[in-house]
Amino acid sequence: MTATFVVGRQVIAEAARRKLLLALVLLTIVVIALTVWGIARIEDLRSAGQPLSEAQRRTIVSQLLILVMFMFSWVLSLAAVFVAAPAISGEVESGIALALLSRPMSRAEYVIGKWLGLVALVLGYAIAAAVIELVAVQAVSGYQPPHPIEFLAFVMGEAVAVLTLTLAFSTRIAGMVGGVIAAILFGIVWMGGIVGGVGAAFGNETITHVGTATKLILPTDGLWRGAVWSLEPAVVLAAQTALGPAAAANPFFATEPPPAAYVIWSVLWIAAVLAVAVWSFRGREV
Amino acid sequence: MASAAAIELAHVTKRYGKVVALDDLSLSVTSGVFGFLGPNGAGKTTAVKILVGLARPTAGGGSLAGASFGSKASLHKIGYLPELFRYQSWLTAREVLALHCELAGLERSRWAAEIDRILATVGLADRGGSRVGTFSKGMQQRLGLGIALIGDPAVVLLDEPTSALDPVGRHDVREIIRALRERGAVVFLNSHLLTEVEQVCDSVAIVDRGKVVAQGVLADLLRTSSVRLRASGLSREGRAALARFGEIDDGADGAILIRGVEMERIPDVVSEAVRSGARIYAVEPQHETLEERFLRLLGQ
Repeated sequence: MTATFVVGRQVIAEAARRKLLLALVLLTIVVIALTVWGIARIEDLRSAGQPLSEAQRRTIVSQLLILVMFMFSWVLSLAAVFVAAPAISGEVESGIALALLSRPMSRAEYVIGKWLGLVALVLGYAIAAAVIELVAVQAVSGYQPPHPIEFLAFVMGEAVAVLTLTLAFSTRIAGMVGGVIAAILFGIVWMGGIVGGVGAAFGNETITHVGTATKLILPTDGLWRGAVWSLEPAVVLAAQTALGPAAAANPFFATEPPPAAYVIWSVLWIAAVLAVAVWSFRGREV
Repeated sequence: MASAAAIELAHVTKRYGKVVALDDLSLSVTSGVFGFLGPNGAGKTTAVKILVGLARPTAGGGSLAGASFGSKASLHKIGYLPELFRYQSWLTAREVLALHCELAGLERSRWAAEIDRILATVGLADRGGSRVGTFSKGMQQRLGLGIALIGDPAVVLLDEPTSALDPVGRHDVREIIRALRERGAVVFLNSHLLTEVEQVCDSVAIVDRGKVVAQGVLADLLRTSSVRLRASGLSREGRAALARFGEIDDGADGAILIRGVEMERIPDVVSEAVRSGARIYAVEPQHETLEERFLRLLGQ
């Protein structure tokens, strides 16, 4: 058990020492500053020479926030891919793993330690960045999305899912290759979600099933739909829902959160992929 | 299963696809410094990796420090310097050592003293606070050696421990190995450097293409000497009689070399030659170096 925490702690120490944390902090400050500035400028917008109504302003802020958070979720997921892809393969290739794995430590402790460290890193960043962003937006616009906690939970689930998959790749293949594969899968599943939405919009069952299948194979897009739902104010939700099934094709919109069964599926999926990672690395000769 | 031997490999075979890295390798080390000697690609590193559980044998088994390969019980009692030694470049030498103290299960109160001792032993006392990323290859190898010494392990496995070291470093490593023997540790030294093995090992196994071609106490292996005989009139029968003492090679200068003749038997060789009618001009006992024996074994 100690070994697990030692390995996990090392992941965070490496990120700090290699200045990954510093880079994330600086870039996040830039992004937050830009969005806050942009949202503050909405005050100056005029419609037919008149200032915008409160409802109009709120709608614009909410949609801008969804776009910013969509980018945030992509950056978070891709950052998770980048840190997880070489986490094990890099240490095996360099030889660092030889000295570590000849200590009294099981392969499971090593893999789970890596996972815990990476999850702590990604979640720590996600919570800090999202909270600052949401608080800053509220400060300048007075707008707060309806379900901020749920939003964070869904986005973190999305990042942890893709992180776990990438770590499983890292037990067997080079970081560069595993990272590219995971990033492409992440993109495919996002596309699959849109394709499925198009199927729903036009009532085509086969195409809808494609979207459902991709959501089950890698739960990132399914969880993103939960995140976007958490950010929709009631007025937008009502307007979009009125459009009927056509709204389903919009990747920046969801009429309802994913069902509880899907959330449970996502948790089980993450646990299962982590188990596969452990099993895979157990069989790996270094 | 516990075994009296510190290191036991029993009929270990390792194949990577069609390549046979180890071929029914058996050896047993109970004490002292054991040299595992062979040319590059002979399977030395594979054997050590199997011992510490980083690789699995295709067939066969054995034990390390009285427990199965790669088990926690065995890894608690060993220290290992890999051939490919790389450590966390973003940590300082002290931090890397502390990491290994923790993983080795040393009590936290002992770390500082242990790290000081290790740094002094491997000659890095003044670089403990430097990042490993700033270390030369030789310094990284010294650090790796230090890591293998943490907690006074009962068995220390060193895979080519001087590959990146200068002559001073090589000397230091020999001293460290001798000190390990003094305190009763078993040392398994992988090397392709004969002089290194000759200077510190009590027993050796010579391995080639995954097979042990000779094994024994170093003194015994070295005792296998040869004698050079310059003689005339040696009959065919006389030559056959001499061949009973050992393998005969013809030298370029007309002398013959009889291999594998121990010192005490040289007078017998001479009387046999005289009895067969030969006239002896010179008898030169020759002490075969490990290197000569090594090359001869690999040439077989």
